[in-house]
Amino acid sequence: MSFLELKNLNARVGPLPILRDVSLQVAPGEVRALVGESGAGKSMIGKAILGTLPDAIRITGGEILLEGEDLQAMSPKDRRRMIGAKVALIPQDPLTALNPARRVGPQICNRLVDILGWRRREAEARVIELLHEVHIPAPERVMRAYPHELSGGMRQRILIASAFAAEPQLIIADEPTTALDVTVQKQILRLIRDMQARHGTALLFVTHDLGVVSKLCQSMTVLFGGKVLEDTSVDQFFSAPDHAYSAALLAATPKYTDPGGSLMPVPEATIHAVEAEIAAHDLAHQTETVRQ
Amino acid sequence: MSEMLFEIRDLRLSFADLAHKPLFGAAPRIEVLKGLNFDIPRGDVIGIVGGSGSGKSTLGRAMVRLLDVDSGQIRFDGTDISQMDEATLRPLRRRIQMIFQDPMSSLNPRHRVATLIAEPLRLHGFDQVAERVDFALSQVGLPLAFRNRYPHELSGGQRQRVGIARAIATEPEFILADEVVSGLDVSSQAQVLNLLEKLVSDMGLTLGFISHDLSVVRRLCKTTLVLHQGKIVEQASTQALFDAPQAQYTRDLLDAIPLPEVTPGWLD
Repeated sequence: MSFLELKNLNARVGPLPILRDVSLQVAPGEVRALVGESGAGKSMIGKAILGTLPDAIRITGGEILLEGEDLQAMSPKDRRRMIGAKVALIPQDPLTALNPARRVGPQICNRLVDILGWRRREAEARVIELLHEVHIPAPERVMRAYPHELSGGMRQRILIASAFAAEPQLIIADEPTTALDVTVQKQILRLIRDMQARHGTALLFVTHDLGVVSKLCQSMTVLFGGKVLEDTSVDQFFSAPDHAYSAALLAATPKYTDPGGSLMPVPEATIHAVEAEIAAHDLAHQTETVRQ
Repeated sequence: MSEMLFEIRDLRLSFADLAHKPLFGAAPRIEVLKGLNFDIPRGDVIGIVGGSGSGKSTLGRAMVRLLDVDSGQIRFDGTDISQMDEATLRPLRRRIQMIFQDPMSSLNPRHRVATLIAEPLRLHGFDQVAERVDFALSQVGLPLAFRNRYPHELSGGQRQRVGIARAIATEPEFILADEVVSGLDVSSQAQVLNLLEKLVSDMGLTLGFISHDLSVVRRLCKTTLVLHQGKIVEQASTQALFDAPQAQYTRDLLDAIPLPEVTPGWLD
């Protein structure tokens, strides 16, 4: 059974659809990428699962099942407790995720203490253990540091440690390496992969970077305009993508091993075709709603 | 007319380290550029690459004299501009333009596209401003109807085109582009790269292209300069640099780039 399942999830801002019948599954221990260009809705899916959607966005249909239980049918308190215990987030920008005016240690222990009811001393011991695991030298000293005293890579390591602290079964990583240098990015990707494998955690990796997907993930969901275009294995996608848009996206991605001349922007015809697909989907959806 | 458009000699630049300033007395200096030497021939497209903190943006800003340098020479078309004051520099500014990373913050949100592109033309006393604005728009592939739009009404790729139109409007000889495609989706990125390539050949431009993305540099640039901690670790033709990188740092950078293809064991 899959650990996480979205069934025909729909979300809107006012009348505007943001997610269109999104269905996807993440099995225990699976590493799945959620891929799309800006505005595709990839971050929104992560936020819908965590229950942190902005107020303006309403879920208008569909189910979010965690171990078969519908999160939306739960009371907010039960939902928070379930998410807090089983799901964690690695955010894109550790500087905005950490409070600049407080020391790092207490901040990352708080979730364990406040939501999961650990004792503070237990939480601190666990976090120090994890900081060792993410290769942070002198964790006790780092716990007392303020976020600005640490490098970008170091801050991201701390948030990774904090995400794994409560042994969640699913981690949602929202573009966790976008702000980092490539050399640091490789270290962080390796760290996420090692931690994921060691702890058997499922990973939903939100990104626009196909390079990162090809190196880290097993399966992937390609989004455009809030709609799933392709749900496939990474091997399949990079050898023979199914959807024309996927193929165009791949062709538009520069590779340093390719000398100039081969870069093709996504053709307008392809974009129009996808937009027509989405319009047809919206129309069918409306007709169905009216019929009901 | 000098054959080398830019000749940089022993360029040094430092910033005051205010975080470590004592209560009384001067702040210590952090050296950001540590004696750089290189030339940019006319018509070159030079990629300036490096990690964050390598000094690549500082170098760019020093070259176009948005920053004052400590010492060394920046010869532009044979004339040293490194210590020139703003008034002497002004006529040269027409010939040296810049495109910024984030057009949302470099374009005034309260001006329409036509005003934005006309601004440098007016400053440099051009006539036929409206015609030149239209020509710049057509050069970057934007419809003339965009004249009356505001930046927020445009997509990221279109905004970056406005930034480019503004830079080419004064018919400069050199354009410095600082991370101009890093905020764009790959599809708009490909379009903007193709556009820059076309402009370089159509207008006989010399382009300085600052980027952290070596795949993009490989695509666009003729020569590449690798900066690390304020020093040039390698400068070569792009092909030579990518085919046979000499410096260990360059090799490390290349090894760390995740190419969009499945490579088992890449992370091990």
